[in-house]
Amino acid sequence: MTNAKSLSAALFAGILFGFGLSVAQMIDPAKVVNFLDVFGTWDPSLAFVMGGGLLVNAIATPLILKRGKPILAELFRIPGKSQVDRRIVIGGVLFGAGWGLAGYCPGPMITSLSFVDGSILTIFTAYVVGTLGAKFGLAKYEDYKQQKHQANEACVG
Amino acid sequence: MEIINFTPLSAALGGALIGLSAAFLLLVKGRVAGISGIFGGIVYPEKGDVSWRILFIAGLIIGGFIYQWLGAGAGVDHIEAVVGTPWLIAAGLLVGVGTTIGTGCTSGHGICGLARRSPRSLVATVTFMATAFVTVYIIRHLFTGGA
Repeated sequence: MTNAKSLSAALFAGILFGFGLSVAQMIDPAKVVNFLDVFGTWDPSLAFVMGGGLLVNAIATPLILKRGKPILAELFRIPGKSQVDRRIVIGGVLFGAGWGLAGYCPGPMITSLSFVDGSILTIFTAYVVGTLGAKFGLAKYEDYKQQKHQANEACVG
Repeated sequence: MEIINFTPLSAALGGALIGLSAAFLLLVKGRVAGISGIFGGIVYPEKGDVSWRILFIAGLIIGGFIYQWLGAGAGVDHIEAVVGTPWLIAAGLLVGVGTTIGTGCTSGHGICGLARRSPRSLVATVTFMATAFVTVYIIRHLFTGGA
């Protein structure tokens, strides 16, 4: 029962998110690219999307975390890492280049699948391939680092 | 600079709905509403942690459908890509690789991470925003002579 409730909650959150992105017109890549084009035809609207989302969430998040645990789960699964590393910057540069190129970040891209359009399917497929490739690459890299670490320890030992 | 198509009200309203969705997911399930993270857990599944992700992602698409159904003719009623197929493929790959290496996108870092005042998310957000601005500047003003 809890599971059904919990899954319905995920579905509801997804619908609200996708509807919000649509109302904000962030699903229109031309609007996104115009937001990023400060020196040309600038459309500042997206600053209001991020501002609105951040404002609501910045007020709600500390209040929610004060509860100690979520309503339908045992614990809050918040990223524990807070230090800045190379990964964050390299990933940010690659993602930013892709976002600027076509005007799609993951949320609007997936929401736009509702338009059943060839261009969406193209970029979405490439996004899946990129995600999968990077996940495999990172897993291999972690293995390699661990082996190297173990080899070093063996030497020291 | 010329300001065009400015829609602050619908933008702020849509943003607020996104913020509410993120707050709801955290309150009920204790999870962060980062789209690339939620989706990444489907294409590269973690055992026992997949079904809610599929429902959330399905919800995004349903939310898009509901909008089209309610708003026939108003706002966005169709999608037009701003670049051709080869660039769409390049962009999709970059977004997939970048958000996976950088552990998040506009929602996870930009809206959720910043709300928790995470230094990691701040650096991520500044980096991808800055790169996106520079990318558009290069494409629109350096290569095509401002066309």
